[in-house]
Amino acid sequence: MRITCPHCGSRGLAEFTQQGDASPLRPDDDAGEAAWVDFVHFRDNPRGEHRELWQHVLGCRAWLVVTRDTASHAILRVEAAADVRGRPRGWT
Amino acid sequence: MDVSPDAYRLKSGGRIDRTSRLAFTFDGRRYKGLVGDTLASALLANGVRLVGRSFKYHRRRGILGFGVEEPNALLTIGRGARAEPNTRATMVELTEGLEATSQNRWPTLSLDLQAVNGLAGRFLGAGFYYKTFKWPPAAWTGLYEKVIRRAAGLGRASHAADPDRYDKSFAFCDVLVVGGGPAGLMAALVAGRAGARVILANEMPALGGRLRYEDRRIDGRGAALWLGEIERELAALANVTLLRRTTVFGAYDHGTFGAVQQLAGTDERLPRQRFWQISAGAAVLATGAIERSIAFAGNDLPGVMLASAAQGYLFEHAVVAGWRPVVFTTNSSGYAAALDLVRAGIAVQAVIDNGPVVDSATARALHEAGVPLFRHAVVERVLGGRAVGGVVMRDELGGRRELECDQLLVSGGWNPTLHLAAHRGGRPRWDDQLATFLPPPADGDLMPVGAAAGRFALEDCLADGAMAAVDLCRRLGHAARTPTLPQTDEAEAYRITPLFAVEGAGAKAFVDLQNDVTVADLRQAAAEGYRSIEHAKRYTTLGMATDQGKTANVTGLAILAEALARPVAEVGTTGFRPPYTPVPIGALAHHHRGPHFAPVRRTPLHAAQAARGAVFFETGLWLRARYVPRRGEDMAAAARREVQGVRAGVGVVDVSPLGKIELGGADARGFLERLYCNGMATLRPGRARYGLMLREDGMVLDDGTVWCFGEGHFMVTTTTANAAAVLSHMELYHQHFWPELDVQFASVSEQWAGLAVAGPQSRAVLQRVVDEPALDDAAFPFMAVAEGRIGNVTCRIARISFSGERAFEVYVPAGHAEALLDCLLEAGAVDGITLYGLEAMGTMRIEKGHVAGAELDGRTTPRDLGLGRMQSRKKPHVGSALRDRPGLTDPARPVLVGLVSVDPGERLRAGALLVPEGAEAVQANDQGRVTSIASSPGIGQQIALGFLAHGRERVGQRVDAVFPLYRERVTVEVRQPCFMDPDGERLRG
Repeated sequence: MRITCPHCGSRGLAEFTQQGDASPLRPDDDAGEAAWVDFVHFRDNPRGEHRELWQHVLGCRAWLVVTRDTASHAILRVEAAADVRGRPRGWT
Repeated sequence: MDVSPDAYRLKSGGRIDRTSRLAFTFDGRRYKGLVGDTLASALLANGVRLVGRSFKYHRRRGILGFGVEEPNALLTIGRGARAEPNTRATMVELTEGLEATSQNRWPTLSLDLQAVNGLAGRFLGAGFYYKTFKWPPAAWTGLYEKVIRRAAGLGRASHAADPDRYDKSFAFCDVLVVGGGPAGLMAALVAGRAGARVILANEMPALGGRLRYEDRRIDGRGAALWLGEIERELAALANVTLLRRTTVFGAYDHGTFGAVQQLAGTDERLPRQRFWQISAGAAVLATGAIERSIAFAGNDLPGVMLASAAQGYLFEHAVVAGWRPVVFTTNSSGYAAALDLVRAGIAVQAVIDNGPVVDSATARALHEAGVPLFRHAVVERVLGGRAVGGVVMRDELGGRRELECDQLLVSGGWNPTLHLAAHRGGRPRWDDQLATFLPPPADGDLMPVGAAAGRFALEDCLADGAMAAVDLCRRLGHAARTPTLPQTDEAEAYRITPLFAVEGAGAKAFVDLQNDVTVADLRQAAAEGYRSIEHAKRYTTLGMATDQGKTANVTGLAILAEALARPVAEVGTTGFRPPYTPVPIGALAHHHRGPHFAPVRRTPLHAAQAARGAVFFETGLWLRARYVPRRGEDMAAAARREVQGVRAGVGVVDVSPLGKIELGGADARGFLERLYCNGMATLRPGRARYGLMLREDGMVLDDGTVWCFGEGHFMVTTTTANAAAVLSHMELYHQHFWPELDVQFASVSEQWAGLAVAGPQSRAVLQRVVDEPALDDAAFPFMAVAEGRIGNVTCRIARISFSGERAFEVYVPAGHAEALLDCLLEAGAVDGITLYGLEAMGTMRIEKGHVAGAELDGRTTPRDLGLGRMQSRKKPHVGSALRDRPGLTDPARPVLVGLVSVDPGERLRAGALLVPEGAEAVQANDQGRVTSIASSPGIGQQIALGFLAHGRERVGQRVDAVFPLYRERVTVEVRQPCFMDPDGERLRG
């Protein structure tokens, strides 16, 4: 498996670690328990397109949002997580 | 009976060196072969027909194939620790002194007493193991497994450590060409000429593929001349890398391929194999095809061989395994094989075709040579007890006739080698015309060509290879030109009259020779209701041996489909998974074995501590000093002395592996406020604070200290174990969740080496070394930090304590670490300073009730640790949203306690579970666990930390610490977690 890091180019799997689903946005501090439980504990497990958090730990150390097809394993998009919204609001 | 080493070798021809003899042994007997032989060809040349016993029935088996597909000739090569079992004789290049041994026979290959299994063959059919060895369950481990493993099996591993070395290489290319036959060569040539970076992986030592094993002409000349030209041109292209003896065994995601290269040579000091990890822009799969056999009674007897294998031995080694063969074919390639043998002067006895004989040039030539052709006929069974002596032929009207012969060559048709094309999950497609499976449609960067795509004709192979390369090169941005394709001689188009099992074939008609699966087994599986091919495969073990059914699977599927009365296309194939051929674990592990299994991290003080006699142990990747014994001391004695030395005077310990992260920026403080659950807003410059980081779910992630050097300038320390995880955690929150914060940070763990100086005399000793700052209690109280100076070296000092004593952590640039240790030991000599290790450090922190990795195990909250009051209610932080969920605030949650055994002589064990005194060790009684233990010199006995339900209210009560695995039970008394100096008087001085 290879991931094209937006900073470093195409690199082998061994340089990266995987964190999990990148889709849930980190709720506001006062969003209430239900929203937080959802963010922390519940994940979809889709067949097909899936957004995942990866980190290029043995490279530039950037966190990445990798859009990957869980069935074909095709990587559809790689973005720096810094450029991707991680919270519902507060910055754009 | 002695046979001449050339009894079965023609006087001319072949690509062997007739002047260079090689001696080798098989089952202890000496033989001679030639340079250019494989072990298989050398055995055949010497007249050796019996090479192994079959897996279940111990039937006599000979060499069936020529290459990677060989199911029978599995030998153990070498001896002792170097013995390599289950090696295909067809893939072993003969070397001087090679030792080969047959397998799965007792006492000898020719007299195998277990062959009696063959008599009971009907009782060893499909699912035999499942049905027979069922009850009682206890007999499985004691009896059945041993019996089965002895009776059924292949070679045995040596059980000695592998003395060989293996190498690993990464390679990158635009186009990976798998297979150096005509299709692969054309692809490599076209891509190479276009300037693409090409890797051509060829399983065999020599290029050419089947072109070497057939009598073909290209551009009006012998194919060998064409091959030579191509090889020279490829060698001259700097952008083409040729890997010989290299099997690409797996196709993985995103153009990643695994390959193993056999490194020729007999120097045992050099690597035996190289594991390649290849990243390719695209791959041309020119993997060819493998001929299959036909199922009929006795089709496994020595002397039955694939027709294509006979051509291989003839053209490559000038070896003829039979002087009077009969050919049984379903397809045109059997005719070509027969004709090649006739031209070499072999007296082919007959060609038997189950279909109509097509009026072709090959058939005419055979007819003119006087070879009888029988059409609409089959071989019903093979005659002969020890080897082929003849066949019983049956014609379309049922008439039977015996034909004498010394060899039976079989061609059941060709199966494209589509494994790599299917490794990523693509499903092969059945083709009625070719009566076989074709690779799944080309998927972007994987392009099967030539015979691997079911296009068996030479001109198709050449054209496919060229066109695929042109296509892939253009896609990758290389201007590739379509070359003029070489002209080939006219050959008969492939045609086949599909036949998988001869009518009437049953229990002696083998489909999978390596696993002894017969036609009867497959039909029985169908009759017993196995409709899914994946289930039937596992039930019958079809294709589950080391050859993974290379000659068996398609035949087996077709027979099963017929028994189920379903089309083969609907039954489908089983999944294809890497590896294509067996890969030694040693090659996959390559350099990562023994001391190189994982990287070893040594602190900058490693050598200095080793020189003083420190004993090291592994903690994660780190090697750390555990204790520093004096003469005659064991660990317990050394650790006790070290603890007493610190508590009574002063000691120094290496704390360099602690994680250290330096932060700057206007929002650095705000960033830390959000990361730690306790307040950092009031942390003033020149002060440090203990901090707890939580996960979002409210559990403790890590603990450490936060050092404030100035507004917007901090350093935090993490536990050694979590140093990497905490840095990643901080990076995620900074980059993704709070990118608006003005904060920058970097790990400085390896830049600063550190020592903790602890004990009542620590201040005095440290001050003798440190020029700045002044360390007296007024100027530098508990939790003070400063950037200071030792001579002209910058240092960082904090007055913090893990041991519970007055203590300091002092950091210097890593290069000065040894000098700092020298200075401290010298300055402390008058005070009897003790260099101590992790054992003493751990003992002191347990005496103080300080938590560490065993307590911060991801299942504990600040409240569990007795640190609930640290959690700030004034600010949101990571973990604040969920930290008060009912499950986390349940008063029954086990909380941190101290424990001592009631009988001081009884040993505690970390990991023990806590149950009420005298209660049974069952889950319903589980009230907590023991996490850390230490022999406390201060308390005078073993002490422990653990978690116990309602623990704070149970101080003074007794519970039992049970360890069911060892049937241990120790009654313990509950204490406060802090055993020493609970008010911290020693700490503050």
